[in-house]
Amino acid sequence: MDAASSLAFGFSVAFTPFNLSLALAGAALGTAIGALPGIGPINAIVLLLPLCFSLKLPPESALILLAGIYYGSGYGGRISSILLNIPGDPGLVMTTLDGYPLARQGRGAAALALSGIGSFVGGTLTVLLLTFLAVPIARLAVAFGPAEYVSLMVLAFALLSTMGQGRTAKTWAAICLGLLGAMIGIDGGSGVERFTFGSLEMLGGIDFTTLTIGLFAVSEILVVAEGMRSGAVTNLGSGERLKLSELVSCLPAMFRATGIGFFLGVLPGTGAAVASALAYTAEKRVSNRNNTFGKGDMRGLAAPETADNAAQTASMVPMLALGIPGSGTTAVMLGALLMYSITPGPLLFTQRPEIAWGLIASMYIGNVMLLVLNLPLVGLFARLLLVPNWILFPGVLGLSFAGVYAATNSMFELLLTTGIGIAAYAMRKMGIPLIPMLIAFVLARLLEDNIRRALSISDGDLMALFSSPVAILFWLLAALTLLVPVLAPRFGRRIRAVSDSEGG
Amino acid sequence: MIRLLLAVTAGLALGGVASAQNFEPANPECIAPAAPGGGFDLTCRITSQQLNELGIVKPTIRTTNMPGGIGAVAYNNIQARRVDDPNVIIAVSTGSWVNLAQGKFGRFNENDVRWLGAIGADYGVLAVRKDSPYKTLQDFVDALKKDPGSVTIGAGGTVGSQDWMKPALVAKAAGVDPRKMRYLSYEGGGEALAALLGGTIQAVPGDASEVQGQLEAGEIRVLATFSEDRLPGVFANVPTAKEQGYDVQWPIVRGFYAPPKITDEQYAYWVDALKKLNADPKWQKVRTDQGLFEYDMVGADFDAFAKQRTDAFRKLAAEVGLKTTGN
Repeated sequence: MDAASSLAFGFSVAFTPFNLSLALAGAALGTAIGALPGIGPINAIVLLLPLCFSLKLPPESALILLAGIYYGSGYGGRISSILLNIPGDPGLVMTTLDGYPLARQGRGAAALALSGIGSFVGGTLTVLLLTFLAVPIARLAVAFGPAEYVSLMVLAFALLSTMGQGRTAKTWAAICLGLLGAMIGIDGGSGVERFTFGSLEMLGGIDFTTLTIGLFAVSEILVVAEGMRSGAVTNLGSGERLKLSELVSCLPAMFRATGIGFFLGVLPGTGAAVASALAYTAEKRVSNRNNTFGKGDMRGLAAPETADNAAQTASMVPMLALGIPGSGTTAVMLGALLMYSITPGPLLFTQRPEIAWGLIASMYIGNVMLLVLNLPLVGLFARLLLVPNWILFPGVLGLSFAGVYAATNSMFELLLTTGIGIAAYAMRKMGIPLIPMLIAFVLARLLEDNIRRALSISDGDLMALFSSPVAILFWLLAALTLLVPVLAPRFGRRIRAVSDSEGG
Repeated sequence: MIRLLLAVTAGLALGGVASAQNFEPANPECIAPAAPGGGFDLTCRITSQQLNELGIVKPTIRTTNMPGGIGAVAYNNIQARRVDDPNVIIAVSTGSWVNLAQGKFGRFNENDVRWLGAIGADYGVLAVRKDSPYKTLQDFVDALKKDPGSVTIGAGGTVGSQDWMKPALVAKAAGVDPRKMRYLSYEGGGEALAALLGGTIQAVPGDASEVQGQLEAGEIRVLATFSEDRLPGVFANVPTAKEQGYDVQWPIVRGFYAPPKITDEQYAYWVDALKKLNADPKWQKVRTDQGLFEYDMVGADFDAFAKQRTDAFRKLAAEVGLKTTGN
């Protein structure tokens, strides 16, 4: 069977009224749960997994329901990222950068709509690529070795450092803080405890949810309490819907971001956080002519959103083609397959085509369902901001703490969240940006593990990090990223001088 | 004080009314001491689902995740807050004992809980790529002997974890210093398999269930299983390490423990439940589908086994030069 007819078969599995309504129900449930601050797709799927079994669904229907929940919770997380400045998932951290300012300007509904369309574009294009190229791409992806990962991470950090315009030192300080925070806990290579001060609670390191809730939700309420922000957004009712011209202006950003997201999502272990961070910083490099990024630029929202969903979808490639989970979420999905006594592996497509192609078809459907479900509702979601701050933020904080507790079952985590929140408040006062810190925290483990692997293979020879053409390319890009802001003003003057003299 | 009194009265009430026959847990809970999606999580979810479905345990068992320190946080949480809670069972595997032996569970040791029983076991295997020059375990050992640094081994655990232990034991048996092995740790067996297929590493000392799909597809070759006898199914043609002259066995036993201060009746209830589960043909099918093999050991036998294994790991860790705890 070639891909097209297989896919048609997959649709025939998914396109029963029962399965379609499951996809819709999953998307609705997922959106509701994912919108709770601190609950990302993994937790949403795990919370709803028992439902699949108590309903006694056949495996392909369960996967379709799970895909619905997965896309729904991803979208729900966007709601809390954009409206409340609390990312529910590492891939959504960059969304807050331009999404939250847009919401504060009364364009919450437009931002949500754009985010939905961006994820739809990223997701759908990626599923298309996946349908036809899954196996060869997966083969290429696993050949990506430690040296390539290291150079890719260095490029990511270089791009990250350029984010805080004019605040380079503070941005680097934030990056270092993030790296340091990620050191806490059992070291993944040698099993040695680092910076735990003998505390067992710290053995597992700082949880992403704990850190995010502390950094954003807690510090935000402190800022609000201090009275730096006044009242709710006033002109929300008159806030304009997304205009077609705005959407069109974002399309190039979306296509670029799809490429970045797909490439990074396919690599096992990198995931959506790297993809959205690179897509945002790259887009900023390309498009930030009028210095509007970070202040509510539509493209600054579209790029990470598209890349996030493209990467999330692309992480299914190694799982479907090789039976290797590429991300936390796919690992959970793989677990769900196992509970149905299905062995995921390279033979899934031939042994259980109804599962493999049913899942791919349900990814198309999940993407469409989200648009159908959410576009009409964005105005309603955006009204959340009409709630006065003195009710909204304590409520959000309560829900956030509930989310942290649900994920970890630990009082200690709540105290840690509070402590991090107070530290984050101090950082905001000092003008140290929080986002580079959070992204550095997420990437630190990848960077460290891969440096260790690369040097372990080469017996400590640093040249191993520059051993392949791909790695060298990333190193060069990283060097350019760091040097261009330093050199550009001079070149800029010279070029302008040259063109002036030519023109004159 | 009031709490203590309450606990005592509750204990008395339960002890007075309940016997092995009529103790019934209220709102029972299975703690998976890890994040969702891993082995512990599956052990809890599948076992509790089956215990309910087969009618062995009446009230619905819910699964909660308590990640942290590969089981350390859950172990300590039980000691601190729930020493006599009869409604909770906690998933455990061989890997937990390895960590317990190396002092990674804090000040508590293997005598601080009640070991209930096993529900199945997975077995360690040594996998290489299909085009690898190593055709047998002996080829792998010869390469290690010649130059331990020439073979890059990678798996999901850290140095000192059970994934590291498997090749370390082979190396030790062959007279090679395990600390000279070139070992890379990955985040989970899946990533290690990806690195194997991609050619970054040359051998993965993984688990049978983990590599089964790749073996069926002919992507990898399994040099040896670390089991006493040959494993069934796709592994039937794979010789054990013992057959090839290296008596290394590594069953990854999956089971449960209970808090230390539950009554004997309550302990007997859960032991009985696991006994019934292991004997049920429907469960046996589910177990096989999970890639788990039979490992019927419950109650006192399992309790003795857990303590004996932990102690053996303590000696082993000392031998291969890792940090350990004395008793």
